[in-house]
Amino acid sequence: MKTRLSLRVRGIVQGVGFRPFIYRLVQAITATGFVFNDDDGVFIEIQADKAELDKFLREIKTKLPPAALISEMVVKDIPIKANETVFIIKPSPPAVERKAYISPDLAICEDCKREILDKDDRRYLYPFTNCTNCGPRFSIVKDIPYDRKNTTMNEFIMCKKCQKEYQNPLDRRFHAQPNACADCGPQYSLLDKNGKAVVVDNKLILQSVHQLLKTGKIVAVKGIGGYHLVCDAYNEQAAQNLRSRKRRFDKALAVMAGSMTAIEKLCTVSAKEKELLQSPAAPIVLLAKKNTYNLADSVAPDNEYLGIMLPYAPIHCLLLKNEDVFVMTSANITEEPIAYKNDDALTRLNDIADYFLIHNRIINTRIDDSVVRVINNETTYIRRSRGFAPSPLLCNLNISKKIVFAAGSQLKNTFCFLKDNKAFISHHIGDLANKAANDAYKEAIEHYKNIFFLQPHIAACDMHPEYFSSKYAHKLSLPIIAVQHHHAHIASVLAENEIKDKVIGISLDGTGYGDDGNLWGGEFFVCDCASYERRGHFSYLPLPGGSKAIKEPWRIAVYLLDELYGKKAAEKAPDLWNMLPDNWPLAVQIAKSGFNTPLSSSAGRLFDAAAAVLGIRSSINYEGQAAIELEQLSAAYRGKVLPYMIKNTAGIYQVDMLETFAALMENNVSVNKKAADFHMTMARAIYDMAAKLQKETGLDKLVLSGGVFQNITLVKLLFELLADKFTIYMNRKVPANDGGLSLGQAVIASNCYKKVI
Amino acid sequence: LAHGAGGLKSRELVEEVMLPAFDNEYLRQMHDGAKLQMTNNIAFTTDSYVVQPLFFNGGNIGKLAVCGTVNDLAMTGAVPKYISVGMIIEEGFAIADLQKIVMTMKEAAAEAGVHIVTGDTKVVDKNKGDGIFINTAGVGEIIQGCDIAPQNVKAGMDVIASGYLGDHAATIMACRHNLQMPGTLKSDCAPLNKLVEKLLQEVPQIAVMRDATRGGAAAVLNEIAGQAGIGIIIDEDKIPVRKEVNGFCDILGFEPLYLANEGKFITFVDKKYTEKVLAVMHQSEYGKDACVIGETNDKAVNEVVLRTTIGGMRIIDMPAGEQIPRIC
Ligand SMILES: [Fe+3]
Ligand SMILES: [Mg+2]
Ligand SMILES: [Zn+2]
Ligand SMILES: [Zn+2]
Repeated sequence: MKTRLSLRVRGIVQGVGFRPFIYRLVQAITATGFVFNDDDGVFIEIQADKAELDKFLREIKTKLPPAALISEMVVKDIPIKANETVFIIKPSPPAVERKAYISPDLAICEDCKREILDKDDRRYLYPFTNCTNCGPRFSIVKDIPYDRKNTTMNEFIMCKKCQKEYQNPLDRRFHAQPNACADCGPQYSLLDKNGKAVVVDNKLILQSVHQLLKTGKIVAVKGIGGYHLVCDAYNEQAAQNLRSRKRRFDKALAVMAGSMTAIEKLCTVSAKEKELLQSPAAPIVLLAKKNTYNLADSVAPDNEYLGIMLPYAPIHCLLLKNEDVFVMTSANITEEPIAYKNDDALTRLNDIADYFLIHNRIINTRIDDSVVRVINNETTYIRRSRGFAPSPLLCNLNISKKIVFAAGSQLKNTFCFLKDNKAFISHHIGDLANKAANDAYKEAIEHYKNIFFLQPHIAACDMHPEYFSSKYAHKLSLPIIAVQHHHAHIASVLAENEIKDKVIGISLDGTGYGDDGNLWGGEFFVCDCASYERRGHFSYLPLPGGSKAIKEPWRIAVYLLDELYGKKAAEKAPDLWNMLPDNWPLAVQIAKSGFNTPLSSSAGRLFDAAAAVLGIRSSINYEGQAAIELEQLSAAYRGKVLPYMIKNTAGIYQVDMLETFAALMENNVSVNKKAADFHMTMARAIYDMAAKLQKETGLDKLVLSGGVFQNITLVKLLFELLADKFTIYMNRKVPANDGGLSLGQAVIASNCYKKVI
Repeated sequence: LAHGAGGLKSRELVEEVMLPAFDNEYLRQMHDGAKLQMTNNIAFTTDSYVVQPLFFNGGNIGKLAVCGTVNDLAMTGAVPKYISVGMIIEEGFAIADLQKIVMTMKEAAAEAGVHIVTGDTKVVDKNKGDGIFINTAGVGEIIQGCDIAPQNVKAGMDVIASGYLGDHAATIMACRHNLQMPGTLKSDCAPLNKLVEKLLQEVPQIAVMRDATRGGAAAVLNEIAGQAGIGIIIDEDKIPVRKEVNGFCDILGFEPLYLANEGKFITFVDKKYTEKVLAVMHQSEYGKDACVIGETNDKAVNEVVLRTTIGGMRIIDMPAGEQIPRIC
């Protein structure tokens, strides 16, 4: 007794070997019918005995190819077709509207890895090997549909052998768009500083580069999403050279290890972390260093954590021996976007790299490595980019049903399109103060509009009038909704969890533009994804010199100490005073007069100020540095609660930490203990605020977001204090920092727009 | 000062303070207006000056009022000839201060070679003015053979600053907010017309010049980029800023590029003539520190980009009031 089913499969089901997978499942049973890709995903009709169909349906779920993701599968009984004898893969109908999505770039799979290391395989040592389960995707896509002619592989014509694989439904490379081999595909070449080819033979290149690295040279290596600057992570001189040439001071460099064994020698790795390292996204995972950690000092100085990843492109597998650990940092000058075009790399990186390992496959979209960290056994994103973008997040909070474009932040920028129940959050664009990032931003927006059929009806942006992204959004001639920065942070969590209710939202962050024109950043809201009520905040502190005060926390510190001790401030904090410039009194003077001194309620600035008054750091070389160093010093201790004050004026609570700073100065304990005390006090003050608001509102959902929640110590303390009173939600799918802002903006705009019309 | 509105007292003020100071054949006519001779095409401009403090290191409101109008005329490619002076003085303003201002105006006019040919003085009630407001208007003769207009700027031209940037605004800020400042810090307020006249005679091919007053060099560069439809890249390394101005601005959190000047201008010129321009400038007191700060391009139209010391490229926006930190 035959049955016929139609299956509509949605999700990431194209370019990931889904049709051959179905085809293979069908070969194992006796069935007829067809499968094809269309705008909506994959469509299947299959006819077989009931028992066999059951097996088929089971196996779709259990044997799914690693890169595929089914978001929805609609199965219907349909009438039997007589006279059908075979099961075939049909060609796709032309695209009208896109509901099937382009896969992110995928790390090399085990099968391909085996082939490139197998002397007898025809792809032995071929660094562009890929199949439907792995390889570049988003980075090479120029247009849709996802066919070879619409990728940067269009310049390479497949040889007969490759073509045969490409056409065989039973082959792992059936319709693998970037399919290639040494005879027909892209090639690497090794150039010296002057752009002259030194080695061209593939096998010799690999040996030469390995040797160059082992002798302390810096090589710019073109990979999937751009160039990396690579050197031996065990070679101190090489690491120092890289730092000084790249002008990157202090901030830890990411590394790539040849094997899990090499990683486990350096860092502790939990099961969850291992899974992330080995996942198709292959992100950089921040791992705690072990006491056997022995990389060169300059790789990750003053940091208990190391950012580490496994080889994800074939070239990495071929370059790194199992025991190797190489610095693999994005190829740019500090803050600039990563280099990804050959001529650009050769000029921009000329003063940094000794050699260039380039290839002739064009990268269409540059993508940085993603960075994740496991906290309380949950993945948190620090940067969501390669391997994750452009996969949409499912989110049922698009109330208006309009297509929303959200412009995102100024730093760590991502943008977001919200369409129906999907949020397309872009890859990491970066710091929009850069000309190159501005251009990349505009290009990427056009690219997303094009490949996902997105013509926005509403634009959302930050309230800050001077963000590049806000200015861009205002020029779109769309209805525009300016979203408060910290409301957007909270809404990013609401979006992830599809929360429609009112919540208590605590946004602890750097600085963002507030309704009153001040710079917010330590905010206690009662809010939902349409509106918010500011019920409390940290007391305003002056930022003497504006942006300068963010890069130089000593400015806030001298103001605070002047408030507390007046002329005696210098003798109270000799460590800090040793680090001050001669004309520091000007900072106090302008703080008091308010000249070029915005006010800020930022919690991030409080951590900075604490680090400064304790003499740990007076100015920073990378974002969050002072707070990170303060946290690391506190690690071994459990702090005690220092005094603080919560005032209420006109119904708004203000958490005043001046007494805390006094206690930090007066207490006669080590800097480490003081650092721990500060964390504990912040946690206690936040707890008090949450408890007060709960008492007043009866709400039991607590949402935490903003850059400060990347502080593990604080997060752990807050969970201890708050977990039994609240259900706590934090960012798990987008970064808690400004990388997640665009998602929050999009959801708020959709929900506000509904109210307006 | 208690010279009542309009009547006798104002006349005394004019006769006792203004006329002796500004004395010249045109003023001596004592008509309702000045009768003037001009031969060439005319440039005409006006500006009002309100500044606190009225006196600062390197000048005062009077010098600003004369130099500002003289410089505006010079930037259009004209030789300034005659200016008018209108003063609105608050009751109670010290005569001695007024005399100081008037004498400075006289000196500045003499240096610039312009005649103050007509004027007006009003005294307003206490608290109805900020000490003194001055308006000046001026006419000048267009220098023949040169054509100064932003549309003349093309890609591949050099951008030249006539000297150190930011001196004036830094000085004013320090005085206004009573901030400790290095003793050497002073306003650059100066009449630039003699230098400009010489420059245009020697290098009539100059595409455009503009004085970098409010909004500083950043505003000028953005205006020209927009009006000419070109891009500009300037080099952080090459921007002339005095050490003391840099140190002072650093603490205050200002960028010298955005600070107002009263004696500096930016010149756009074909690279062929750069050396000649610099040679002429270097002979003048007001151009001796002139240097190339960047060049124009046709790639990033309407954009002003700063190539930083470490090789990064940063957008220099049109200044928009107060700079609010954008860092999260
Ligand atoms: Fe933020
Ligand atoms: Mg003017
Ligand atoms: Zn593969
Ligand atoms: Zn081939």
